[in-house]
Amino acid sequence: MELTVKIFRYNPEKDTRGNYVTYKIEGDANDRILDVLEHIKGKIDGTLAFRRSCAHGVCGSDAMRINGRNHLACKTLVRDVGANITVEPVLGLKIQKDLIVDMDPFFDNYKKMLPYLINGSPLPADGRERLQSPEDRARFDESTKCILCAACTTSCPSYWANGEYYGPAAIVAAHRFIFDSRDEGAAERLHILSETDGTVRCHTAYNCTEACPREIKITKAIGEVKMAMVTGKLD
Amino acid sequence: MMNIHQFDVVVVGGGGAGLMAGLYASKTAKTAVISKMYPTRSHTGAAQGGIAAALGNSEGDNPAWHMYDTVKGSDYLGDQDAIEFMTSEAPQAVIELENMGLPFDRTPEGRISQRPFGGHTNNETGKPVRRAAHAADRTGHMILQTLYQQCIKNKVNFFDEYQVLDFIMVNGKAAGVVAVELSTGELHTIHAKAVIFATGGHGRIFEVTSNAYAYPGDGAAILFRKGIPLEDMEFFQFHPTGIYKLGILITEGVRGEGGVLINGKGERFMPKYAPTIKDLASRDVVSRAIYTEIKEGRGVDGKNYVYLDIRPETVNKFAAEDGRTNPDGSKFNLTVEQVLKKLPDIIDFCRVYLGVDPVTQMMPIQPTAHYTMGGIPTNKFGEVVIDDKNTVMPGLYAAGECACVSVHGGNRLGCNSLLDIVVFGKHAGLKAAEYAKTAEFEKLPENAESAALSGFEALRIGSGKENVFDLSNEMKNVMFSDVGIYRNEKDMQNALEKVRELKKRFKDILVTDTGKIFNTELLNAWELGNMLDVAEVVALSALNRKESRGGHSREDYPERDDKNWLKHSLVWSKNGKLEIGYKPVVITKHQPKARVY
Repeated sequence: MELTVKIFRYNPEKDTRGNYVTYKIEGDANDRILDVLEHIKGKIDGTLAFRRSCAHGVCGSDAMRINGRNHLACKTLVRDVGANITVEPVLGLKIQKDLIVDMDPFFDNYKKMLPYLINGSPLPADGRERLQSPEDRARFDESTKCILCAACTTSCPSYWANGEYYGPAAIVAAHRFIFDSRDEGAAERLHILSETDGTVRCHTAYNCTEACPREIKITKAIGEVKMAMVTGKLD
Repeated sequence: MMNIHQFDVVVVGGGGAGLMAGLYASKTAKTAVISKMYPTRSHTGAAQGGIAAALGNSEGDNPAWHMYDTVKGSDYLGDQDAIEFMTSEAPQAVIELENMGLPFDRTPEGRISQRPFGGHTNNETGKPVRRAAHAADRTGHMILQTLYQQCIKNKVNFFDEYQVLDFIMVNGKAAGVVAVELSTGELHTIHAKAVIFATGGHGRIFEVTSNAYAYPGDGAAILFRKGIPLEDMEFFQFHPTGIYKLGILITEGVRGEGGVLINGKGERFMPKYAPTIKDLASRDVVSRAIYTEIKEGRGVDGKNYVYLDIRPETVNKFAAEDGRTNPDGSKFNLTVEQVLKKLPDIIDFCRVYLGVDPVTQMMPIQPTAHYTMGGIPTNKFGEVVIDDKNTVMPGLYAAGECACVSVHGGNRLGCNSLLDIVVFGKHAGLKAAEYAKTAEFEKLPENAESAALSGFEALRIGSGKENVFDLSNEMKNVMFSDVGIYRNEKDMQNALEKVRELKKRFKDILVTDTGKIFNTELLNAWELGNMLDVAEVVALSALNRKESRGGHSREDYPERDDKNWLKHSLVWSKNGKLEIGYKPVVITKHQPKARVY
């Protein structure tokens, strides 16, 4: 089938602003949008720049706006979006070239969440693993799925309005540790998230939950973090 | 031009092995980790099934059994001292990961849950043993995330999105690397005492692969061009269950949970090929079985794929026939709910890419190019060894899939790769830091960057006529068809000649992007050069080895020949020609015998 693919192009070494270029190619309903991009880059315009790696939705490299919504290009098929396809970089992060945006601020926000196990207690005396019940393990399972693709944060209207907001992905990372029964750093993280750039900036727009390619219920997770802040309890 | 950084230890690659090396080296030495992607994009994150360790949490197990299984799995080509080392370190390695925060699945008692996996057995009964510690079906993702988090905690220095182009060697010792900063196109020299390569495998030389675009074999190619040999490159693993046409991996864990392979006639065919452990036989055995079924016309609709069936009614029927029970002895009964809970990512892949719901329909699968057993030769401490006497090159280390210790020999068992990267990443890091304590910085040559620069520039401003995409596809097609699951002299010779022709044509490659900022076309072209170098070594090594062993199966030499071929192969690039050599396999406890499952 013939595909009409309109792609946002911006070359920082030549352009003062971006523009849209339309390509027409032959494609298959089962092609991934990533395959479409690779084909255009390989056969028509080698300068087209985008990030990608695993090509099956686990590495998080290729988040972009496809027909106006955030998706992973490798998990979106032509049959999901139709023959008229518009591809643009995600919003809210500085465009560096074509579909590549500056991810440093996104990873900086992640790092601010103290995203590692905080546990000052002695390790088990028998030298084996810390115990954790299957129920306790299930409590934070969803938030372990995050692949840091930034689809959520860059779909959040609050983040667009104020890039200082830590954003949904960072809060999910915090949630993953706050609700891990082996972690002892909940208070520290909740304190960080109680600042002006923390959870107060979430206005329950729900864009994050809709954008997440891993189907994490992000708004719910942010809500649980807010509850923990208000009640002082984790259950 | 004059961006020079100095570190005691530099790690090239930010996946599981690289992060582990960086974490451990940084405890005592000034360390930097350089990655061409943000580390969490690394291919470790795609690993699904689990990490093997004889913890014995669900049933009796011990490292000696794990060692034997790995030796047998390697078709007796693995170095047994290194295998014994890895399998004895395994329980501690897994516990350490848990202590770092890795969210393993848990047993009702709260211990790390383990599941059966192909090739891992109770050595007394010969039946599968629960040795694979897992976190849902995204164990690799959890390992990658946990290690990255620990690196953040320990303030490891990162150079994110810097592509290493060259290795600097002075007086036969490591002196650093040259890298290009992708966001600016500027070259950087990282002056170091110790360099650890952890750059992953090279599955991208094949047409149907589970491997990420990040896997053209950069590290192996860079060192190979510097005169360092590559070991056992003929041994490549074709994983039995990739999604038909896409090559996306469906974890062996599906068969661990009871899934079975069904041919076009609706028959469960594995008992024919592996009477004792059937669908949980070693990967090369299963891939060959599938290939044979397809070749003999029993593929689905006569096509080149079969089915993987995880529907509870099928699983429970065959589990009862096999006499499978739960660890507590109760009747094994898989429910739809359990499948959804244990294998969520697989369910997702099948629904998204195939429109198939695995709990009610069978999944179309075919073998996919999956894992590099061969690579940069090292000893069990991760030190790179450069000849048949295992002479160490001072200051150079390698770990993970890019290295060949060799713990996987002719074929790797599932769940041993995540173990490999964690154990050898750690030890390479420790050794490198120890070396850096007493070693001096080698003086950087005046023209440290010029080799990398001229190579890169030649590609960027070249005015040739060959297209990167097309040349790349020609290579992948010939490698997958002629150096694939079943090989023969005529086809491999054809592949070798084709690759050599492509290498000549590569000199005329056209890169249309003349920019410096995120010039991904230039990068793709440079990576293609690496793939061609690696593919030539793979084809030559495969042609050279006149026997079948592990993942290397020859129609013209179908038997394993221990008398003539119980040895590792080495390939060097010397004055533009490829030279082949050999070195002995380390055999300690297990004498080679027939490999039957």
